[in-house]
Amino acid sequence: MKPFEDVIIDIQGLSFARSGRPIFRDVNIQIPRGKITAIMGPSGTGKTTLLKLIGGQLKPAKGSIVMDGQNIPRLGRRELFEIRERMGMLFQSGALFTDMSVYENVAFPLRVHTDLPEQMIRDIVLMKLNAVGLRGAKDLMPSELSGGMARRVALARAIALDPDLVMYDEPFTGQDPIAMGVLVNLIRRLNEALGHTSIIVSHDIQETLGIADYIYLIADGEVVAQGTPQELKEVDSAKVKQFMQGLPDGPVPFHFPAAEYVDELMQEARS
Amino acid sequence: MNQLAQLGRGALGKLAAFGRSGIILGHVLVAKPQPRTMLPLLLQQIYFVGVLSLIIIVVSGLFIGMVLGLQGYTILVDYGSEQAVGQMVALSLVRELAPVVTALLFAGRAGSALTAEIGLMKATEQLSSLEMIGVDPLRRIIAPRFWAGFYCLPVLAAIFSVVGVYGGALVGVDWLGIYEGSFWANMQHSVDFFDDVLNGLFKAVVFGFVVTWIAVFQGYDCIPTSEGISQATTRTVVLSSLAVLALDFVLTALMFGDF
Amino acid sequence: MRITEISVGAFLLAGIIALLVLALNVSGLNLSNAEGTYTVYARFENIGGLTARSKVTMSGVQIGRVSNIELDEKMLMARVEMQIFNSVDYLTTDSSAMILTAGLLGEKYIGVSVGAEDDVLKDGDYIRDTQSALVLEDLVGKFLLNKASE
Ligand SMILES: Nc1ncnc2c1ncn2[C@@H]1O[C@H](COP(=O)(O)OP(=O)(O)O)[C@@H](O)[C@H]1O
Ligand SMILES: [Mg+2]
Repeated sequence: MKPFEDVIIDIQGLSFARSGRPIFRDVNIQIPRGKITAIMGPSGTGKTTLLKLIGGQLKPAKGSIVMDGQNIPRLGRRELFEIRERMGMLFQSGALFTDMSVYENVAFPLRVHTDLPEQMIRDIVLMKLNAVGLRGAKDLMPSELSGGMARRVALARAIALDPDLVMYDEPFTGQDPIAMGVLVNLIRRLNEALGHTSIIVSHDIQETLGIADYIYLIADGEVVAQGTPQELKEVDSAKVKQFMQGLPDGPVPFHFPAAEYVDELMQEARS
Repeated sequence: MNQLAQLGRGALGKLAAFGRSGIILGHVLVAKPQPRTMLPLLLQQIYFVGVLSLIIIVVSGLFIGMVLGLQGYTILVDYGSEQAVGQMVALSLVRELAPVVTALLFAGRAGSALTAEIGLMKATEQLSSLEMIGVDPLRRIIAPRFWAGFYCLPVLAAIFSVVGVYGGALVGVDWLGIYEGSFWANMQHSVDFFDDVLNGLFKAVVFGFVVTWIAVFQGYDCIPTSEGISQATTRTVVLSSLAVLALDFVLTALMFGDF
Repeated sequence: MRITEISVGAFLLAGIIALLVLALNVSGLNLSNAEGTYTVYARFENIGGLTARSKVTMSGVQIGRVSNIELDEKMLMARVEMQIFNSVDYLTTDSSAMILTAGLLGEKYIGVSVGAEDDVLKDGDYIRDTQSALVLEDLVGKFLLNKASE
């Protein structure tokens, strides 16, 4: 494993279970500062869960998640809310506040966390909206936006406070090819321009390979491979190959863990 | 044996849900008030929960008062004491019908809307999103809705009573010809401000507390899918109606029962 | 926003007005109750359902309220404490108090009628001439006794 010079998030020995089913078993992940790191894996492996663990919305059963010296699972409510001001998260669905206009959505983090005068807030909001190309939509309500536009507004909101860390949960799913290209560029450009760290959760292989500096591939609750995009393409493991090439059959099961199909059928027939 | 275990698990699940609802209530009650951000949110919610419920409350109050006047008259006229209609209408409204019917209508109109709204916010990750922005959704979303319901129900119940009494007077005095003086005098003689009016409003306060507590908890705790939200909405209406009726009995026994 | 604020204001105002109407028109709460009162006592054999806050009336007009009821342990009778409005300063020392029922089965209240003496009751005085509540069981009992002795 290649050690990074500067790590912003250091996850050690992370274990987490949901309804008794283990999602993560003793996982170690380091996120390098200022880079774009991708977390990839089949759906249902717990990528969203991992982001929520980093955000402190879920507590792990074991292990530590350290961001700049602070162990997130151990933080109190107050400290947690403070450290979250340094994170921006783009949810899978965008999660705009439906009772506020686009402008108010982006202004919201500024209003709650700063005492800036209205004029300044206005400048910042328009700047962020301009960065995602939606300054013209500032007076629309979220219900009037298309899915792709909503996600870009959510992105503007996520970077409103100039966070150190931006997490993207499946930013590419459900986007048309043009919007996808726009978004890929946007993430890349924002990362360079604003100098924050990005974590992208995705299973869109091509886009992610094109944009990420470093990739973790998780499956079955473990990190099965990691490295730069180039390194990953060359890994000689069946699991990785299957995922990278999108094959239905291979060591990564298409099926949710279950009893043998035949056994289950027999059991039903017997009872 | 298996069924017994299942029963036990079900009971524990209910107990855990009750515990979670208690924790939410605790957070809402002890949350340090922040008047600057809280007041506009509270106003907004009083508008949704109270003002928009006004029409259904006024119309129901009017009709229930009129029905009481009519029924009371047909019963009491046989005993030659139709001037007691005012007393009957006012007492049944102020003590029972206003708080109970208002609470039931409120659960159906505002409670279900609260649950659905909060549930939808959860399903669309708006609550998570608030948390990640560093804002406590319990304070920002749940608390104003809770307090709005708590304030609005007594107000609605008082309005219901008044409209109902005048509805009764409309039928009794204007249509059926009960002598106006004795209609009101009888009512005023038998209705006591403290024992009847304030006790009735106290019931409304309790119901407001319980109904909004159930509504916001069901929304906050729902399974964040469309079925989950619809189930939670149904549960809000069913549970709060049952709670209102059961509590009404307990409160009536404590207030008006002679023990 | 403006509309919201105005309508919420109107809504709360409607609630306050409703409370006032309930107080004044429906329950007949008399704001002049705030005027001063003086205390008068009376002993009854049986108060039969009279309670604190029951009305004290004269010729059907309210002149005060029952403020307390307790058992007089020496005389083994109920001692009723009444607050009479100060403006009613013409209750003679030989006034009589009677426990009455509103309607056939309605609530109990005290009816006071004035006697012929010149002296009037002062704070802390007793009304001597009292008549207890009609208790249905007693009436039935008397009636049966009369029947039996015939
Ligand atoms: N609220 C929840 N309660 C129980 N299990 C959950 C919940 N949310 C997700 N899961 C389970 O956790 C696993 C990982 O979910 P998630 O992190 O959303 O996967 P991904 O984002 O990788 O598709 C899934 O198998 C899912 O069934
Ligand atoms: Mg996911």
